Amino acid sequence: MLTSIKDECAIAGIGQTEISKLSGRSELQLAAECVKAAIEDAGLKPTDIDGMTGFTLDHVDEIEVARTVGIPELRLLSRMPHGGGAPMSLVHQAVMAIASGMCQAVVGYRAMNGRSGARYSSGVAEGPETTDRISWGWYMPYGLLTPACWVAMHTMRYLHEYGATDEGLAEIAVTQRKFAANNPIALFYGKPITMEDYYDAPFIVEPLRLYDCCIETDGGAAFVVTSAERAKDLPHPPAVIRGAAQGSAFDQEVMTSFYRENITYLPEYDLVADQCYAQSGLGPDDLDAAIIYDAFTSIILFQLESFRFCKRGEAHEWVKGGTLDLDGRLPCNTHGGLLSEGYVHGINGLAEGVRLIRGTSVNQPTKKTDHVLVTSGASMPTSAIIIGKLN
Amino acid sequence: MSDLSKEETEKNAATGGDAPAAVQRMRPVIGHDNRWWWDRINEGELPIQRCKECGTLRHPPRPMCWKCQSLEWDHVIASGRGIVYSFVVVHRPPFPGYEYPLVVAVIELEEGTRIVSNLVGIEPGDVKIGIPVEVSIGNVDETLKLPLFRPVNQE
Repeated sequence: MLTSIKDECAIAGIGQTEISKLSGRSELQLAAECVKAAIEDAGLKPTDIDGMTGFTLDHVDEIEVARTVGIPELRLLSRMPHGGGAPMSLVHQAVMAIASGMCQAVVGYRAMNGRSGARYSSGVAEGPETTDRISWGWYMPYGLLTPACWVAMHTMRYLHEYGATDEGLAEIAVTQRKFAANNPIALFYGKPITMEDYYDAPFIVEPLRLYDCCIETDGGAAFVVTSAERAKDLPHPPAVIRGAAQGSAFDQEVMTSFYRENITYLPEYDLVADQCYAQSGLGPDDLDAAIIYDAFTSIILFQLESFRFCKRGEAHEWVKGGTLDLDGRLPCNTHGGLLSEGYVHGINGLAEGVRLIRGTSVNQPTKKTDHVLVTSGASMPTSAIIIGKLN
Repeated sequence: MSDLSKEETEKNAATGGDAPAAVQRMRPVIGHDNRWWWDRINEGELPIQRCKECGTLRHPPRPMCWKCQSLEWDHVIASGRGIVYSFVVVHRPPFPGYEYPLVVAVIELEEGTRIVSNLVGIEPGDVKIGIPVEVSIGNVDETLKLPLFRPVNQE
């Protein structure tokens, strides 16, 4: 029996549609386009794919994508829950299927008309009685309706307990916008912002301002995982998966884990960090760059602390002075992130992580990027992976 | 981009912009496991679920005690006093039925459990973590009664 998934699998292909405010086509077509692109990028054919994994929140069924793209048989169908927490758990699913021999090549995807269609800023919707809706029901009457509200609650307590200011958040927003301004597929290509712009922008939900919040966009992104052995013979340098983990922690709610003793950190990130480091044999000092889920600037702080780049309560200082810039300690979200490239639920970030390993990012750091961390969303069951170059 | 004027905000809160005329807050989602809790609120009491086996208090209500797995429970009536553990001030986007800026807080009750609610009777700029508050249960519209919290006057 396999005792470790380290280096067993690799991301061999990535595919993305453009990112826009109005795709002008169905989410099924976006899904089919990005899945086809990822399969081609891997140097494979649709008939080579035998597993699919996606989001429970996706409106497009995997069987519809399969029949549209011409993937004939599936031996794995999986949908991962809880929105932004899901993206790297798709990779986790693919790794388990391939390392165990259940599948040969798995494609994961996310396709959404997140701007022209259903928008997350439009709030929690009405619907049937589920445990999920019962949970939202404790917040809806009070107007705590959007992701910005939920994340702001953790952020306010964090700022209070650690005497932190929003300067670190401002630097994150401005730095990532600089990356996006140089990234042709980013929604904010050619549109940098200044610190003055950050502070001049209105509050969305205090303490979060406009540029602390990600954009809502239309787009699709997909990836292909196969065995590392097979990936060696495919067109691109493989992004070998050193660690892949999913985690839900004590007293977990989706976005509203306000009942834990301490809400200034998110223990589900500790859980995935510990697993990723244990599997890979790596630690924070080994990671050269990171794609850190950034639906909001402040959730980057929680993740930097859980992945032990700095101590608890110190990330708001640690990020200042260019730490996350291309020549800093940890180049982060070099595509512009969800904040400034676009919101394809973290799968676009995975594509950038793979580009950093391949050495093909439009904002490729000059220093080495042998190991890259890619994470998923905050304040819900979450997931992360560590990818690296072929040894 | 500039902030909405107060008039515009109130207009949006009152009309929901272009949305149809449902000028009400969203309703709580009531099912088998929490109907009793909302029944107590409608009687003017703030209840906290209690495990009959081990005495652990829990909120939000669930059918089993996470600590001892007992399905037996009753409730205590909270004193209604607590402190602001965390809070946010919601500006955008405005939803019909709410007035902005809207203060939503996590309240830590004297009994130790926490509850999310609105703070009323205080300017958003005056809200601080740690200030003492007390519950005020009342109607927010014709058919919805909610436990809201207001600051305790400190002598």
